[in-house]
Amino acid sequence: MTILFGVPLSVLLGQLLLGLINGAFYALLSLGLAIIFGLLRIINFAHGALYMLGAFVTLLSLQYLGVNYWFALFLAPLTVGLVGMAIEKYLLRRITGEDHLYGLLLTFGLALIIEGLFVKVFGVSGSSYPMPDALKGGFNLGFMFLPKYRAWVIVSALIVCFVTWYMIERTRLGSYLRAGTENPKLMQAFGINVPLLVTLTYGYGAALAAFAGVLAAPIYPVSPGMGANLLIVVFAVVVIGGMGSIMGAIVTGLLMGLIEGLTKVFYPEAANTVIFLVMVLVLLVRPAGLFGKET
Amino acid sequence: MKGLRKAISLIVAAGLLSSTAQAAISDDEIRIGYLADMSGTYRDLSGPGGLEALKMAVEDFGGQVNGKKIVIFNADDLNKPDVGANTVRQWIDEKNVDVITGLVATSVVMAVNKIVEQENKLALISGSASSSLTNEHCSPNHMHWVYDTYALSNGTARAVLEEGGKDWFILAADYAFGHSLEADITKVVETGGGKVVGKVRHPFPSNDFSSYILQAQGSGAEVVALANAGADMVNALQTASQFGLTQSGQKLAGMVVFLNDVHSMGLDVTQGLMLTTGWYWDMNDETREWANRYHKRVGRMPSMTHAGVYSSTIHYLNAVKETDSDDSQVVRAKMIETPINDMFAKNGKLREDGRMVHDMYLAQVKTPAESKSEWDLYKILRTIPADQAYRPLAESQCKLIKN
Repeated sequence: MTILFGVPLSVLLGQLLLGLINGAFYALLSLGLAIIFGLLRIINFAHGALYMLGAFVTLLSLQYLGVNYWFALFLAPLTVGLVGMAIEKYLLRRITGEDHLYGLLLTFGLALIIEGLFVKVFGVSGSSYPMPDALKGGFNLGFMFLPKYRAWVIVSALIVCFVTWYMIERTRLGSYLRAGTENPKLMQAFGINVPLLVTLTYGYGAALAAFAGVLAAPIYPVSPGMGANLLIVVFAVVVIGGMGSIMGAIVTGLLMGLIEGLTKVFYPEAANTVIFLVMVLVLLVRPAGLFGKET
Repeated sequence: MKGLRKAISLIVAAGLLSSTAQAAISDDEIRIGYLADMSGTYRDLSGPGGLEALKMAVEDFGGQVNGKKIVIFNADDLNKPDVGANTVRQWIDEKNVDVITGLVATSVVMAVNKIVEQENKLALISGSASSSLTNEHCSPNHMHWVYDTYALSNGTARAVLEEGGKDWFILAADYAFGHSLEADITKVVETGGGKVVGKVRHPFPSNDFSSYILQAQGSGAEVVALANAGADMVNALQTASQFGLTQSGQKLAGMVVFLNDVHSMGLDVTQGLMLTTGWYWDMNDETREWANRYHKRVGRMPSMTHAGVYSSTIHYLNAVKETDSDDSQVVRAKMIETPINDMFAKNGKLREDGRMVHDMYLAQVKTPAESKSEWDLYKILRTIPADQAYRPLAESQCKLIKN
């Protein structure tokens, strides 16, 4: 067996693959954050709560309505996307143009309220979501046993990330979006409904979080705190990638997953810290982030 | 002369009063403070359910002891030592609270114990796991009721060893609690002729365990021990199930597993898991009767900690009743003298070091086919007698024990 840095190559490969899977979650979540920040200039602290909502919609729709996993993949992002649009329209809109701090506090407060309500109703232990039958079992890759579901997570997350990137960077709608970011007043003058665009963007960001929530439901315990734990890491990813950079969020998400995966092999005690370490380094060397534009 | 006689009689009367005051109930009320995690990680194993169990105990006493009213205070410690300590300080200074119950996160409990010892009040600990509470950190003011890390690791690890699992891999949470559990397991395994072939310490809390499970699979160990608790343990178990850890012939042993954990993970994931518990609701008519009463009020079955809150409070109130005092040391002496016989424990005994020793139970999680109802989750395999379950006094480092 080949040995690399004192670790068998097969183990290393396995860990890298797992890192990539975690990275897929980071990418999905940080992508949503980046889109929202890009257009709304809102630091969306409610993102973790929206992710949690996505998982809960999946779980509850199965328990009470018998909605299966595949249908939930659409239902949960749709529901949470609508919730997101309501949040934007009735709450965030009121503080447009104010300091970043207002948006941060508002979304943070919202997250606390939503999570608190869920703790009250469902407790903190949460529940588990049954693995869809088609994705049970796994592949023996020789160097590791890869559960089918994990393979599905990485494939579907990458597809969604790519489609989102394409939509924003390569289509007309995306160009409106980007232009709206640069100069909303001018866009309005051209007859583009910027407020609607803003609402839709927040809704889409929320839907992305919910999609990640659906993907997470069968492998992580569905609990009210699931989003809060992940959110801080995802923020670090966005900062490393560069606030508002679409490609930056995706690539950095995957990259951080890999770095975290390697840390878990060589020095597991630091696995939760390593991303923040990278963040500090990046901020020192490139304050705008790896993919951010210096302003 | 008349004035002098009056003065003397007043002094005598005052002297009498103060001497009876020591053996009486201060403020004419028994004041109990319930401090626990009401909103965080440990909410389900203590939280509002424990408060309800406390209320049941008080109601079973008719809300009063020897005509003195029982008053309950409660607060959320947020699992933060400073919050817990401040709350207890305030309860004692301003409300003259006699006894603190609940008490979950070890860090909080350590901070609270200091104040309780300074102020010479009592603490009845039901939630904490760390066995150091009645070892190097013992005091004449707190009592540890339900279980501890020594009893859990001892019970489970020994049973798994006896079944033939010799090579162990330990997955431990990287903080004081995980380290002490890891040490306890290692000791049991090595004295039992086994070997620890690998271990990994994961950050607390962790979101993703797949990497550690893969390392455990690669280690070639026969048994993978989970030296963590709560959400981390749940997460690790679920991941192990997805990666086919048990299908490939490895055995899983959970050290700190609560009923609510098994309930939330479901039997598909947890079936076959061996664990040690201090109490289970479905053991006999008495436990079932109490558990059903609890279920009616809370909507969930009680975990061992909920039952412990009830049992310790009843034992405390009985001692207050018999001594007609709420003086901490008078009550404590009575509590130590009286064996504990209730729905929670049979012939339980409170030791001088504050440890309540009682029979523990080795249990196995049922398969979905065996389980007949939502909360029908454990099979009790055997009883671990009290004297084998807990750390013997001969090994104690407690300052109250002369060794």
